[in-house]
Amino acid sequence: MYANINRQDLVEAAADCLGRAQIALPPWVEERISKASLEEKNPVARSNLQAMLDNLRIAREQEVPICQDTGLAVFHLEIGQQCSIKFDVNSALAEAVRLATRKVPLRPNAVDPISRKNTGDNTGPGVPWIMTEVIEGETVRITAFPKGAGSENMSVVGMLNPADDPLDFVVREVAKRAANACPPLFLGIGIGGTFDEAAALAKRALLREPKEGPLEMGLLSRINALGIGPMGLGGSNTALGIRIETACCHTASLPVAVNFQCWANRSASALVREDGWIVS
Amino acid sequence: MDRILRTPAKLEDILDLEAGDFVSLSGRIYTARDKAHAAIRERGAPVDLVGSAIYHCGPIMQDGRVICAGPTTSSRLTRYTEEMLDRGVRIFIGKGGLPGDSGLIRGRAVYLAYTGGCGAAAARQLKAVRSHLPDLGMAEAVWELEAIDMGPMIVAMDAHGRDIYEEVRSSVRTRLAGKTDSD
Repeated sequence: MYANINRQDLVEAAADCLGRAQIALPPWVEERISKASLEEKNPVARSNLQAMLDNLRIAREQEVPICQDTGLAVFHLEIGQQCSIKFDVNSALAEAVRLATRKVPLRPNAVDPISRKNTGDNTGPGVPWIMTEVIEGETVRITAFPKGAGSENMSVVGMLNPADDPLDFVVREVAKRAANACPPLFLGIGIGGTFDEAAALAKRALLREPKEGPLEMGLLSRINALGIGPMGLGGSNTALGIRIETACCHTASLPVAVNFQCWANRSASALVREDGWIVS
Repeated sequence: MDRILRTPAKLEDILDLEAGDFVSLSGRIYTARDKAHAAIRERGAPVDLVGSAIYHCGPIMQDGRVICAGPTTSSRLTRYTEEMLDRGVRIFIGKGGLPGDSGLIRGRAVYLAYTGGCGAAAARQLKAVRSHLPDLGMAEAVWELEAIDMGPMIVAMDAHGRDIYEEVRSSVRTRLAGKTDSD
């Protein structure tokens, strides 16, 4: 037996996720900013962190986007093997983006890459960007992950020599790029795979909570020791969390991708079932 | 130190500020980002920029109201710094600074850092007056806004040659080099 997923449920759930993601951060993200503001000694850094916390409160109270860069819409779909989807998911999610663009409202950010002409509604060829994964079960879990350009622009894929140290590469690139990415940052790191797989691993790493493993914690302390600080104006909080995802790679390759995420680490999820959808 | 600024700003207002000061700003300001700067170069400025504050920002506007209006990355706009200074701009507002331009703004302008991502808070400090170059679209148009105690902002680059971003970058380079030596 298959669970029939209804188009209208997916559209509504996706539009709702995209709207919620703009207005309030996941609680664990805000907790990390709050903790950093208590620990930070540098007065400029403290002021910046306090401004972020005040801004989060205002966005929630007034139900307006946290940041005017409401991003390029990215959706992650975890599709249960028992689901039956008999409609065009791309067009359904584009419809959801158009709905959210009017309702939230979102800033129209999507432009043709050559003519730079704005499509006006945040959709167009390849946008929204949809990542899919097939998992066990009979529900579709959808996550909206709007990606602002400030941090996305700083992201990087390096095709390293296998003799290089991938973590040294990450520290060097963060040292160069962090200030413009609205730190304190969350870093999604993909090591291994092919060129595109490394980037996908890095983006997927940002969809989950940071890891506290020895590799992540070692890297976090090296990055925070650089002193870049909130907004690049100095301080001890340059990154608030890191997650590294790995895949096997060719014996002659060492791809490393670093996906930068600003402090406003926005995402929201919903579960779509045969009988409707719920906030997740 | 906490300082209050008004636009249009005079040279002495600017010279009075030092890197690290906290500032709140009131008066007219103009948003401009990538396309607005290119249009100003091509077609001229739609408003008089003498003593003005340029806000590197692409806001969300709806029904004549500012919904969300935090700063964008200023480093993309350094190619226009000199031209904007020649047009009389005294205050640049943005995030991330104008890398390499501290010599250029010396004795002429300051750079104020508004906390990136804080568009909801900024919107409460800004009232829409009118739009210029609306054909550039919502994010890229020049929006004339009335700022009311806009802040807190930090003087990140002052008119005396100090640039906090550059000081941080230089210390990061030293720390990275130190690390490599000891490895």
